[in-house]
Amino acid sequence: MTSDMTALTAAEAVGASERGDLDAGELFEAYRAAAAAEDLNAYLWVAEEAPAQAPAAGAPLAGVPLAVKDLFCTEGVPSQAGSKILEGYRPPYTASVVARLAQAGAPLLGKTNQDEFAMGSSNENSAFGAVLNPWDRTRVPGGSSGGSAAAVAAGSAPWALGTDTGGSIRQPAALCGIVGLKPTYGTVSRYGMIAFASSLDQAGPLTRDVTDAALLLSHMVGKDERDSTSIGFPGTIERPSATSLKGIRLGVPEELSGEGAGIEPGVLAAFDATLKLAEELGASIHTCHLPHAPHALSAYYVLAPAEASSNLARYDGVRYGLRVEDGGLVGMYTKTRSQGFGTEVKRRIMLGTYSLSSGYYDAYYGRAQRVRTKIADDFRTAFDAFHFVVTPTSPSVAFELGSKIADPFSMYVNDYCTVPMSLAGIPAISIPNGLSEGLPTGFQLAGPAFSENRILDAAFALERAIGFDGSAGRTP
Amino acid sequence: MIDREQVLHVARLARLDLTEEEVARMSAELSDVLGHIEKIGELDLAGVPPTTHVVEVSNALRPDEPEPSLPREVALASAPAVADGGFLVPSPQAGGG
Repeated sequence: MTSDMTALTAAEAVGASERGDLDAGELFEAYRAAAAAEDLNAYLWVAEEAPAQAPAAGAPLAGVPLAVKDLFCTEGVPSQAGSKILEGYRPPYTASVVARLAQAGAPLLGKTNQDEFAMGSSNENSAFGAVLNPWDRTRVPGGSSGGSAAAVAAGSAPWALGTDTGGSIRQPAALCGIVGLKPTYGTVSRYGMIAFASSLDQAGPLTRDVTDAALLLSHMVGKDERDSTSIGFPGTIERPSATSLKGIRLGVPEELSGEGAGIEPGVLAAFDATLKLAEELGASIHTCHLPHAPHALSAYYVLAPAEASSNLARYDGVRYGLRVEDGGLVGMYTKTRSQGFGTEVKRRIMLGTYSLSSGYYDAYYGRAQRVRTKIADDFRTAFDAFHFVVTPTSPSVAFELGSKIADPFSMYVNDYCTVPMSLAGIPAISIPNGLSEGLPTGFQLAGPAFSENRILDAAFALERAIGFDGSAGRTP
Repeated sequence: MIDREQVLHVARLARLDLTEEEVARMSAELSDVLGHIEKIGELDLAGVPPTTHVVEVSNALRPDEPEPSLPREVALASAPAVADGGFLVPSPQAGGG
């Protein structure tokens, strides 16, 4: 079965390995070769060889390798968060979630390209160049976890880790025709994740199907004493099996799907088609309201840059990465930061520093935190009446490289439908939802905190009904 | 509207040295983004508490027991300059600045 190994989903590969039909070392080598040969610029580093030790007998992930976004620290392996300022950095430790997955039998296959410090929606902000969308190489894969999404869609990774601050797992998953899940804030440890906005950052899986997302997530969640904001997951993440949506009430927020939401007609048509399928599976569809959702993007672009400006103060040329000398100490800090950070990162540091500066704090940061409260309240009200809130994941299909990079706000609008859930800290999944103009669209399903099992079940039932064919994204 | 003086002030606070071209672009771009963001000024938020954190976690403490930490040479291995077992930095009194 050597030639077909990489055609298997990760869960299928685990099953084949457990039955003795597949050799974990051969599987690793098949993916290692695919990752080393890929030409989408999805990888920044690829393992040179399979891990010296075979997976422990009975390890639940059976040696199926894992691609990991560059910003996860991996001991002795380059980890630069897509930035020049961390040039040469090889961390002395491994992020908790990566270590946990390795322990479960998923060895590190490679590190994937990303927007610098996870700031971006197109992967064009990487210091290592853009990633190409495997469905159309003139288009972006989305971001910031663009390398992880492109690698999974193209078949050079069985599955991958990403991080989502305002949509950075779900949006690239949608644009590349794969599954991406942002878990409830706090369920997965952030220890060893190079920080962007600490109150929002959350790691999650990017996978070929919903079953793989559940399997990977089941080995990611857990409280970690090294992350004081981690809370773990009550119970375990189960393998999804639902075939019906009988009795499920879906709320469709007018603010994120109606007139004024700015959703492309083709994306909206695919979304509506999936709502019909949901109805055929037994769900009832209702218009609902998240009155403050239209303000989510504004609140997010105050809060996330503010947190980033503080988190990124640590890059000063003293302990790791780039140093540019300029005689004195402050000059060294300034020169290092000015030459090490890219344009978008500088823009967000400026924005965050401005909104936190004396005289502006109350008008921006203070207000944005109150808007955040209102957005979380809106979701709580919606979930009193509905099991899930559903929206298109991204307002558009994958756009052309270079088409939005010169206009920051046009890029920020990509997160319009994903940012509200991030601010509320609730889980949301994007599943492939059919094509528009020959390119993938995403269907987003969000639920209350810790409803991951119910979200995965509903997504599983919808996935079967949609019957999305991702083969056009696989590189030959 | 964020003018040139404000851009230079914020850049100084953020320890960023911007070129003239960057200053001009930053002024226009930040003004545009803040123009969108300022819409939250229209909302009535009287009496609404701020959210600093979405999940309830208070006093997450571990037992205060000594554990081995990174060996000094490992912690220093990524540093651009090291001397006498510590991070070496240029003198705060030296030029530049």
